[in-house]
Amino acid sequence: MVSVTIRKRPLEDAVITQRKFFKKTARGKVIKVIRERYLRDDVACGIEGCRECALPSGSTLPMNGSLDHASFPNGHFILPDTNVFLGQMDLMESPLLKSPIILLQTVLEEVRHRSLPFYNRLKALVKSDDKRSWVFYNEFRSETAVVREENETPNDRNDRGIRRGTGWYNLHLAATRPFADGSSNTPHPNVVMLTDDVANRQKAQKDNIHSLSVRQYVEGLPNSAQLLDLLSAEGSENIEPTLASGRAALYPDYLPTATLAAGVKAGQLHQGHFNANQYNYLEGSVQVEGFDKPILLVGRENMNRSVNGDIVVVEVFSKDQWKAPAEEVIDQEVATRNDDVEDSDEEGEAREVSTHEQNILQQEETARIQSERQPTGRVVGIIKRNWRAYVCHIDSTSLTSSNATSLAQQTVFATPVSRLLPRIRIRTRQAPTLIGQKILVTIDKWDNTSRYPEGHFVRALGKVESKEAEQESLLLEFDVPYRPFGKAILDCLPTEGDKWIVPPKSDISPEWRDREDLRDLLICSIDPPGCQDIDDALHARPLANGNIEAGVHIADVSHFVHSNNPMDDEAAARGTTVYLVDKRIDMLPSLLGTNLCSLRPHVERLAFSVIWELTPAAEIVNVRFTKSVIASKSAFTYEEAQIRNDDVHQQDELTQSIRLLNTLAKQLRDARMRAGALNLASPEVKIQLDSPESSDPIDVEQKEMRETNSLVEEFMLLANISVAKKIEETYPQTSVLRRHLPPPKTNFEKLQDILRKRRGMTLDVSSSGALAASLDKCNDPNEPAFNTLVRIMATRCMLSAEYFCSGSVSRETFAHYGLASPIYTHFTSPIRRYADVLVHRQLSAAISHMPLHPSLHSKTHVERVLIVVNRRHRMAQMAGRASVEFYVGLALKARAEKAQKAGVGQVTEDAFVIRTFRNGLGVFVSKLGIEGLVMFKRDVQFDAEEYTVTVPASATNAKDVKISVFDQVTVNIEVEKDKNTQRGKVKMTLIHPIDSRAL
Amino acid sequence: MSSRIEILNDGGFRSDGRLPSELRSLAFDLSPQAGADGSAMVSHGLTQVLVSVFGPREAKSRAQTMHNRAALNVEVSVAPFSTSDRRRRGRGDKRVQEIVAMIKSTFEPVVQTALYPRSQIDIFVHVLQQDGGVLQASINATTLALTAAGVPLLDLVCAITAGVHSTSPDSPLLDLTTLEENDCPSVTVAVMPRSGKLTLVSLETRVHVDVFKGILEVVGEAGKVLSLEMKRAVLARTKMLKDAMGAGLRTAEFAEDAGGDE
Ligand SMILES: [Zn+2]
Repeated sequence: MVSVTIRKRPLEDAVITQRKFFKKTARGKVIKVIRERYLRDDVACGIEGCRECALPSGSTLPMNGSLDHASFPNGHFILPDTNVFLGQMDLMESPLLKSPIILLQTVLEEVRHRSLPFYNRLKALVKSDDKRSWVFYNEFRSETAVVREENETPNDRNDRGIRRGTGWYNLHLAATRPFADGSSNTPHPNVVMLTDDVANRQKAQKDNIHSLSVRQYVEGLPNSAQLLDLLSAEGSENIEPTLASGRAALYPDYLPTATLAAGVKAGQLHQGHFNANQYNYLEGSVQVEGFDKPILLVGRENMNRSVNGDIVVVEVFSKDQWKAPAEEVIDQEVATRNDDVEDSDEEGEAREVSTHEQNILQQEETARIQSERQPTGRVVGIIKRNWRAYVCHIDSTSLTSSNATSLAQQTVFATPVSRLLPRIRIRTRQAPTLIGQKILVTIDKWDNTSRYPEGHFVRALGKVESKEAEQESLLLEFDVPYRPFGKAILDCLPTEGDKWIVPPKSDISPEWRDREDLRDLLICSIDPPGCQDIDDALHARPLANGNIEAGVHIADVSHFVHSNNPMDDEAAARGTTVYLVDKRIDMLPSLLGTNLCSLRPHVERLAFSVIWELTPAAEIVNVRFTKSVIASKSAFTYEEAQIRNDDVHQQDELTQSIRLLNTLAKQLRDARMRAGALNLASPEVKIQLDSPESSDPIDVEQKEMRETNSLVEEFMLLANISVAKKIEETYPQTSVLRRHLPPPKTNFEKLQDILRKRRGMTLDVSSSGALAASLDKCNDPNEPAFNTLVRIMATRCMLSAEYFCSGSVSRETFAHYGLASPIYTHFTSPIRRYADVLVHRQLSAAISHMPLHPSLHSKTHVERVLIVVNRRHRMAQMAGRASVEFYVGLALKARAEKAQKAGVGQVTEDAFVIRTFRNGLGVFVSKLGIEGLVMFKRDVQFDAEEYTVTVPASATNAKDVKISVFDQVTVNIEVEKDKNTQRGKVKMTLIHPIDSRAL
Repeated sequence: MSSRIEILNDGGFRSDGRLPSELRSLAFDLSPQAGADGSAMVSHGLTQVLVSVFGPREAKSRAQTMHNRAALNVEVSVAPFSTSDRRRRGRGDKRVQEIVAMIKSTFEPVVQTALYPRSQIDIFVHVLQQDGGVLQASINATTLALTAAGVPLLDLVCAITAGVHSTSPDSPLLDLTTLEENDCPSVTVAVMPRSGKLTLVSLETRVHVDVFKGILEVVGEAGKVLSLEMKRAVLARTKMLKDAMGAGLRTAEFAEDAGGDE
């Protein structure tokens, strides 16, 4: 029983405990807010063995702090201020920094106020098992709470609070250290305030508080050489004015924030995300509201230091200055090869680079087609930077000293793996050892006097092309959380571990409460070979009335994962399981994912079942939802199930139920297609691995689609739709649904134009049904792969599907365009998708099996979770694709080596031209599912209107050769390493109709 | 993100520094208001309510007269400066009417109205400042004002607001501030500590029955703490009167109840 007490506030405390302030509401009304706070004496210091404070077990600070620092022989703790976390988070997060950290509530709240991403990182740091840290709620302790004084800025008030907190800790340590013998002069550890604010340090000194700058502090640590590299490039406010002013500005200044806001509000300026062009580093675009086409940004100055993903404000030029996209491939590495990393130290060289770029732009200018002109403008300000850590390679030519033993500080270029990013200048002492490695680098700032952004080295990931480094860099690049599950998370698992079983059926067993016993049903699962996390299983049987009962049984994950415990929080943060070719990064601990929740054959498992009565024509008579206990009779692969289905000699009940399911699925599919569902395509290939251990790719094959794939898919769709209806009915405000908005018609313009001009085909995009029908007609009898190619290209014109909260959008926008369903959700994969877990909870509450957690009644909470899940989902897809691409590269290399040994020479593949540039072709190799670029070094004629490149007779010594979009060509594929960065890339050259190696 | 303030942080503290089961600082002041037969000023934290009771007196209008018992007449006024938005709430305001109805239904079974046939008891509630728990403060102040007016009650009615926050469904938060009320499903419960009976349960939002059980337990405890405070306040007031006039009618009774804790 909790004890209820009254927090009494002494009257004279009113000044310090009450706060009055004025707040502006969203509607612009000013309101008065009064709040009070209660000061207490029982806020704990967190230091192990403290005599005065009551402490929780575990997760405390070591008694003497850390003894590692040269200046603090009696031990120390660090107490960083807000800016240290905002500016030096990489250092604070690094496992190399082992000092115990005291985090003041003031600091925590200020970080939260200033930046949510940093706040989340900070919270993760506090929770992480390998850091010793303690949050001290200084604002609630009577000795450490401060009140803002008149004429004091909030900043100064917080700084004072941080100093007061540090001072208190030192007094507290001194007061609690004299031990039993009463000697008060026992040496005790120090608490050191870390701040890069000089004024704050001076004030601290006056109050006799230990304080150091981050650099000063790190220099006294034994592993300072490694740690110093992690320091951010100093912010412009700290830099000596002499350093910056000597340089000429290379970029225009940004407009003041207030001007930007006013401009956007007045409609003179426009806000949007900056998208870099992956083919041309001198071009970017910003999609803004009010324009059909994105705003084109041409040249470095107009892009004005925007980095892919930043939210920027653009000014659109008057119409006569609008331009067309260049349709040219310009590679940053090639174009700026001679750029000096020491930047504009020598004015001459810098000018040379810009003149070179000017030339490129001018050449392009003449080639731009005037009819394709689109709104053009320049970036005048940044609303929000979306900088993160980037995977890079060191450019070896930028090193001044490559002596491997040299520990001298050098400035070098780090080239990001992503083509969408500029090179980053970093200062490091480890440059020679970093060559040939993948490294993680963050951008710290981009001053207008610097051509490139400046950043710092975070850590090395390993040798280029080593599986570990490639794998980790991929996970980092797509922001996939991949750390092993911590103890707090694993503590949420059933205590029986893998010995957990469904308890014997009884009235008192909580597992059996309101659960149907479906153990006798002939249920089976059908999955890809080697599937360990079996989410779903199915059954079907004829009913006496001539109808058919069909059931989909989904792993009952919400029975094991309860709302709001550490495991649930982690799953929500991960959002989805990520599948790479050689690795799976689970959303849930594997005890659940691959064992207790996995619907393995021949064991009893808890399930959530959707059971329909269907007519033989697959029309739903009724549907019910129930928690159940099932025992799957078999786990088939798609192939095994297909063979059983097709083998007329097999007449056992299980096979017959597969056939029954199959006939129903075919009709469901037909009905869906009639309703206008799209049959979309994405390049799906499968990597054939040698053995699970070596993970050397043997070859790439295209995924085979069988009837049974479609069988499972149809029933999953049906289950998802039925569940979506049910939860939306019960929780109209907060149900978790999934939708696919219809694509804007303009997205298809280019594809329609190409199809019309090159093939005389039309694409009707008036509805999903019309699109489906016209896609069916895009056939080339000679090239069966052509239809798939058009489908892939059409898919790229569409928007991506997304999760949403039903109360947050208007009802008319619920529909799923691709599936042609008015309502949809995800219910069938709760082991690997978090949205499904939420849907399970909502359905469970809708059938009154379990109360709904209050958070799922809250629209804002659901919205918040879904933003994360949507993002993770996107990232996971991209990571999976990138992983396939990497393995395709490895497979190609292996193939080339084999070919060389056999004396065959080269690897060639058939490809379709999908894009034409002034100086090259974009091609798609459907057999490998990859895209590539074929570049021409010599001039070719480019007809942008007709999507045709003509190689003149003069170059071939024969007649003119025309190559257009949709032409089939043969390419030679090689994997070559960039000499400077060791970055591997696929290089394609044309073999047929002409050999482009000479061009 | 709706609010950047955490209702309950990882250290287990609420946004004002309290633990979940801690009540705000409270003050019960029974000094008389001019003309009233009994009055009480109650504050829970920054919420402040003044209740004046007139009667029992002869029923004014025939329509309201009940031949077998006294009629309870409740009026609530909300000072315009009491809330942050300074919205004027007239008598017809929905929220005000709700409070009126709830105070009435809370006290009708508690006040021994049968002792005063054909009369009326007027209860005027003035909400002076609001920071959550207005209903709770109004009920507590009414209890005290009725007691001060010498109206016999079956028991002291103690009201308390409790909420559940999504991060801690197992430890209900007691005595919510406005900030907390906006973010948690909450319940106001009025208990009669002596019998443990509830005379009011008011749900602002849907709360699941399992969660509700936990809330009731804590609220019961809070009721005991509150009633002790009330008895002390009444005792102090009576003692003062006794000292001043040399006599006290109900002193003995309350001294008995509150004595154990002294
Ligand atoms: Zn302590």
